[in-house]
Amino acid sequence: MLELIAIRKAFNQGKPNEFWALDGIDLEIPQKGVTVLRGPSGSGKTTLLTILGCLARPTEGRVRLHGELISGLPERFLTEIRRKTFGFVFQQFNLIRGLSAIENIILPSYPTGERRSVLLERGEALLEKLRLSHRRDNAVEWLSGGEQQRVAICRALINSPQILIADEPTANLDTRLAREFLTILKLLADEGRTVVMTSHDPVVADSEVVDRVISLRDGRIVPDLAQVFAQAFG
Amino acid sequence: MLRRPSSRLFTIWIIALVAMTASFVDAWRLARTNDAAIERTAELVEQLRLTDPVLFTEARYTRHPTQADLHSAFQSHPLALEHFPSGTLIPPTIRGAYERLD
Amino acid sequence: MNDWIERQRHLLDFTLTSLARRKTKNIGLLVVFTLLVFVLASVSLYTQALRSEAVRVLEQSPEIVVQRLVAGRHDLIPPDYLVGIGRLRGVRSIETRLWGYYYDPVLKANYTLMVPRTRTIEQGEIVVGPALEHTRGLGTNTGISLRAYSGELHTFLVTDVLPHETELMSADLVLMNEDDFRRFFNFPDGHYTDIVLSVANPREVRNIGLKLMEMLPDARPILREEVLRTYNSIYAWREGLLLALLSASILAFGILAWEKSTGLSADERREIGILKAIGWETGDVIRMKFWEGFVIAFSAFLFGYVLAYVHVFYLRFFLFEPVLKGWAVLYPRFALTPQIDAMQLITLFIFTVVPYVAAVLVPIWRAATTDPDTVMRS
Repeated sequence: MLELIAIRKAFNQGKPNEFWALDGIDLEIPQKGVTVLRGPSGSGKTTLLTILGCLARPTEGRVRLHGELISGLPERFLTEIRRKTFGFVFQQFNLIRGLSAIENIILPSYPTGERRSVLLERGEALLEKLRLSHRRDNAVEWLSGGEQQRVAICRALINSPQILIADEPTANLDTRLAREFLTILKLLADEGRTVVMTSHDPVVADSEVVDRVISLRDGRIVPDLAQVFAQAFG
Repeated sequence: MLRRPSSRLFTIWIIALVAMTASFVDAWRLARTNDAAIERTAELVEQLRLTDPVLFTEARYTRHPTQADLHSAFQSHPLALEHFPSGTLIPPTIRGAYERLD
Repeated sequence: MNDWIERQRHLLDFTLTSLARRKTKNIGLLVVFTLLVFVLASVSLYTQALRSEAVRVLEQSPEIVVQRLVAGRHDLIPPDYLVGIGRLRGVRSIETRLWGYYYDPVLKANYTLMVPRTRTIEQGEIVVGPALEHTRGLGTNTGISLRAYSGELHTFLVTDVLPHETELMSADLVLMNEDDFRRFFNFPDGHYTDIVLSVANPREVRNIGLKLMEMLPDARPILREEVLRTYNSIYAWREGLLLALLSASILAFGILAWEKSTGLSADERREIGILKAIGWETGDVIRMKFWEGFVIAFSAFLFGYVLAYVHVFYLRFFLFEPVLKGWAVLYPRFALTPQIDAMQLITLFIFTVVPYVAAVLVPIWRAATTDPDTVMRS
């Protein structure tokens, strides 16, 4: 469904501190399933995530969605596709302070011009699903870490995207909350959504929810020895 | 319905715009009402051969700015150019083609 | 189309919630801005109204007033002047004027004493302007004694008060009989204060003025067009006090706009980054910021104008009364007639709303165009 072909990404191109974060990535993300990108810091996993989610354009290479080439599209079209197809959960949550939970959740839908009542309905349904309805009108800065993450997840889902992208989702959570997160993940996976996330949390990588682990090193995909062994001898 | 912020704003703006429109209507109304009085004032000007409104009554030479001669402003002191605040509200009368005189 | 409207409403919702987060600051901004518009609009409305009325009634003022100057100062018109002027071609009528000033020590105010040509006043009687009635208490059938330069006291009876509606032009007038006038001022016989001329062909007025000066070198004609020009630019922004007032307003406004435009705080930058990351386009961010500026500016414009209108036409421009009255003791109480014109309104709008919105938009331009992935990397 989502194809990355010969992707390379450079920062500060042409300058003395030119740096290639990704150096030739070929990747295919199938419909449905949870994929985890793993690797040490500096391996380029966050950069790969941004390119997968169309938050950034590759310096070289192509990105295809449902067979259509999207990496070369102008900003307006790309943003629209991104809005409809992807939902993002950031490591720092990045909720807007001063706004309530529901207001934060419907924010990504504002540019679509849909009626506010429709947006509120969708947002409330999501809050219900993640058992957060009682926090609907609370200002987000007053919510606990776990609650904030659930708001962030609701926000990511407001436009009913097919693909959910999460950056180190359990990095700021304790084990209990991390397991809670995985429960939510299972819920989403069962709904038929695709999830791609970066994580170096063993709780996540070892979870049965995860279908696939991709290891990165120095901007390249490296075969995961553990998986290779598991597949060969498992 | 009014819980939506933009709805509340629009209500306020609509009220203000109505007030503004009311002021235009009022202006038109006042103009009509006062028209006759202004006509009668113009008649008085014509009858009494008046040349200046009674706006600057601080001193004799400020009372009729269009009729004033150049020297009276200097009566008090050669440098007392703007002796009265009214001097800052009205420009000196510009003579037509008579530069050689003034 | 509906989509577009709904989209703008969403952006407005966000902007308003955003503004509400710093309620005190933004309300303060609104109040200051409203005050600014209020001052500018008040001055504009007042001066426009007054100017229009003054110019309108002065259309009836004499076409030419002839004064005589001796050594640069006013002198009386001698009898032979009239003979000379009578010979000028194009002059339809000549009329003499007798008028002067009287200082009243009781009120410490000056009155303009006049002998009317279209009205008969009996000896010992006077007709006074409305300001003398309301400030000096001179109603009909009251008496007043005026002290001449000689020291003599002359007593007069007030037989009529000029209509209040004419107060703008008649406030301080005292109309009296010619003999009384000459006796009071010891005015030499056959001499007059000045002469008014009416001209057959209005296009000849200037030429007649020039001919007059050639014929009588010490004559100084004052044309109606000069009178009108003077009052057409009364209270114009160029004049001292008004310029100071307007400069202060503009300065305050500049400070307001500067405050808005001095760069983005880290918080604002971060917020824009988040909005872009969650799916807002550059255009959405810019439009949202436009609303932010416009909400405050347009609201201030509406409130300021309405308040100004009420202030000028129903509260008699009372906040600026000291400025206008200056040191005068007598000041006419007249009702202003509004003269609203679209140019006035549009100018006010352009000079207040547009700069402020620009001041809000310019600094966010850069932040709005940043790539959405920056928020991931920070």
